Amino acid sequence: MPHDSHDHDHPHALLPPDPALRVKALETILTDKGLIDPAALDAIIDTYENRIGPRNGAHVVARAWREPDFLQALRDDATTAVADMGYFGRQGEHLVVVENTADTHNIVVCTLCSCYPWPLLGIPPGWYKSDAYRARVVREPRRVLADFGVRLGDDTAVRVWDSTAEVRYLVLPMRPENTDGWSEEALMDLVSRDSMIGTAVAGAAP
Amino acid sequence: MSRVHDMGGRFGDGAVVPEPEDERFHEDWHARALALTLAAGSLGKWNIDVSRHARECLAPRDYTAFSYYEKWMGGLAALLVQTGVLSRDELAGVDRGTLSDLAVRRLSADQVAGVLAKGGPADRDSDIAPVFAVGDAVVTRRIAENLFVAGGHTRLPGYAAGARGRVLRYHGTHVLPDSNAHGLGEAPEPLYAVVFAASELWQHPEHPRDEVVLDLWQSYLVPA
Repeated sequence: MPHDSHDHDHPHALLPPDPALRVKALETILTDKGLIDPAALDAIIDTYENRIGPRNGAHVVARAWREPDFLQALRDDATTAVADMGYFGRQGEHLVVVENTADTHNIVVCTLCSCYPWPLLGIPPGWYKSDAYRARVVREPRRVLADFGVRLGDDTAVRVWDSTAEVRYLVLPMRPENTDGWSEEALMDLVSRDSMIGTAVAGAAP
Repeated sequence: MSRVHDMGGRFGDGAVVPEPEDERFHEDWHARALALTLAAGSLGKWNIDVSRHARECLAPRDYTAFSYYEKWMGGLAALLVQTGVLSRDELAGVDRGTLSDLAVRRLSADQVAGVLAKGGPADRDSDIAPVFAVGDAVVTRRIAENLFVAGGHTRLPGYAAGARGRVLRYHGTHVLPDSNAHGLGEAPEPLYAVVFAASELWQHPEHPRDEVVLDLWQSYLVPA
């Protein structure tokens, strides 16, 4: 087939050019054929808009800061440890927690698509899915961190995790100083979504 | 030949722009596109590797111009036609369509929570024993292409091809996307986290101690 006719070759070109109308058209066609229940779409949206988000991950982090036994359970088998807290499901089937230290700062990306630990952090933010983040963070993580206002010292190495398989990574940020004895709830408020991806540090203003 | 999605290490994409944590969807149709994709996936006509390959097969000019969820819609339209769920005429609105035989598999609202909770684990038993141990030096295949299908799906990014690294973790045996994306079976094999010095991947690393870790299947690797 001729190379200049891709608009005709790709099925999506049969749909309206405006993306909002394209989605609406697909939903209508599939609903008419009995393949989609619009109420199921509402239920999926409600789940990711209102029920699953970064507070789940913050709960895991705050607990790991307070409870050495739980931290060890995370190291041994994070998937099971967080499932026991009720956090499991799609895009969180195989979980590994990576710990920031004074020597090493971890950052997570998926350069090939936008893999992300949904049950712990919700759906990924726009920048995580952007070409700029996917392209740059493996090569120049420190310049990307600067875009977030974060500067690491020369004594800290960066380790970037490219999620090329179905394993999902959660960064365990360093516990901020002077938080001894804080409640789990108070510690959770120090844990931003970005700190669990590695583009922020815990305790900083989100 | 490479595909446009394999962009790790590319220059020229500009700044990363942070956004507030409470921002979930930028447009209402983004949420609808996400939900439509998940609901259509539950019809069982394709797996996650097939769906990733469909998005990667968008024409580069579309992939580049499309926002994230437009890519999903482009991939979904391709999958629906490829698998015979929809005809091109139905997709174009020329033919109104009739009730599908697949309608018995339609995801209902009361099934949503169970389906999302179940997910789709990728670990499987395998006859292939691990040949590398944590700490072993390995080299990735020099050519980051699918071994079975010309232009096929792979999860070895171009930037990490032919690089020397060290096994950091063993994840057990997982479905091989290069096979599963093309209807060739799940072909599970050992999967490892492999760490590479940034200086092994880039001419001008930002810091001598920086590293990049990738999850790589055994058939992507050879002993160093």
